[in-house]
Amino acid sequence: MATSLVSSCSGSHSTLDPAGPEAAKVAQLFYVMLAGGAVIWIGLVSVFIYAARKKHQHTEENAGRVILWGGAIIPSVILCALLSYGMWLMPAIRPWVPDDQSVRRIEVTGEQFWWRVRYLDEADGIMFETANEVRIPIGEPAHFSLKAADVIHSFWVPSLGGKMDMIPGRTNPLTLTADREGTYRGVCAEFCGESHALMAFTVRAVSPADHEAWLAERSASDPQDAEGLAVFLNNGCGACHAISGTAANGRIGPDLTAFGERGTLAAGTLPHTAEDIARFVAHPGEIKPGVKMPHFGMLPEDDIKKIAAFLKELR
Amino acid sequence: MKSFIPREVESLWTLFTAPTVWAIHFVGCYAAVAVYCAKAATLDFSFGTVRLALGGFTVVALAVIVLSAWLAWRQWGFGAGDPPHDEPTRKARTLFQGFATLLLSGLSFVAVLYMAIPLILIAECQR
Repeated sequence: MATSLVSSCSGSHSTLDPAGPEAAKVAQLFYVMLAGGAVIWIGLVSVFIYAARKKHQHTEENAGRVILWGGAIIPSVILCALLSYGMWLMPAIRPWVPDDQSVRRIEVTGEQFWWRVRYLDEADGIMFETANEVRIPIGEPAHFSLKAADVIHSFWVPSLGGKMDMIPGRTNPLTLTADREGTYRGVCAEFCGESHALMAFTVRAVSPADHEAWLAERSASDPQDAEGLAVFLNNGCGACHAISGTAANGRIGPDLTAFGERGTLAAGTLPHTAEDIARFVAHPGEIKPGVKMPHFGMLPEDDIKKIAAFLKELR
Repeated sequence: MKSFIPREVESLWTLFTAPTVWAIHFVGCYAAVAVYCAKAATLDFSFGTVRLALGGFTVVALAVIVLSAWLAWRQWGFGAGDPPHDEPTRKARTLFQGFATLLLSGLSFVAVLYMAIPLILIAECQR
């Protein structure tokens, strides 16, 4: 049982298995608070036992002293200590980059129920757009600008740090650093509608060299499967979805450029297989209630398969 | 010489003095830091100055609360009688009010101290 308890704390989606300095501080805060809570609990139970002993009659003066110290002074001091500790950790949990400092930012916009991701250059110009997957280089801070398009969402990658709300009309900055390569799961941490629980994303932390190579490659995508692309365009998919280098330039739904290299489908809802892509294209609302995409189950099955195969291999 | 401290405290208002000081201190600290951090680029003094000024404000707030506590203690008869002071007499009511004011002053003192912790530990504008 101990093994299963310990192993359940690790993984790609755990605050207790930190993969970066900010997350490590959050985990440290948790353990210190846990220890503090345990000490308080033991102390409290001891006082209960002491107070309930029948052997000793407590004088009124004595009882008043226990209440004053145990009920007011000691809790105030402990709370002060825990509060101070949390405050002291705060700057490390939320590294702050002044607005006027020019850094490359990744703009993530929460939408019902997916994530629009834009890689910006130093001048805040859009390099390219993608969705539901963020790549960051390890060992250097990734600066996020968090926005919301419709309702309040919250951006949370437990393995990399604390959560940050995404509020319509505001841009909230968040800096996260990954110090080891890996794939980490992120979620929406603020209830945003019926498919809130199906609004996840993936963070891939790769070496800085790989990241630079990916940025360069991603800025110039070139779809190969001409037949699949034709079916995709003929059925109007391009009205909502964009694929860079093609006539598909819709901005309503997730950008599908290089969709084939993503690990999941429909914002972390389904595995990335051709069958699941076909299933989602045919009946998105059944898989993800409340989704804006209309169902395309009326298309010939062959067309749906071609679209799925095209998307699965899209680089 | 006439003392500036009122001789007798008969008003219910004294009960609220300490919590009111806490509330003013709370809003003052929040508003000052929020306004400073929103306008930091256009102001020619540092965040350290704001923290120092609010530190002074905190000392003043604590002093007023201590004064309020001392008045309450006096009203309570310097702790001569024991609570609960629940007889239906004017004297018991005065003592009860003094005791309640003293407790509220203690609570407000601690709350103001807690409010001052971020002033010590947060050294820059963060969002």
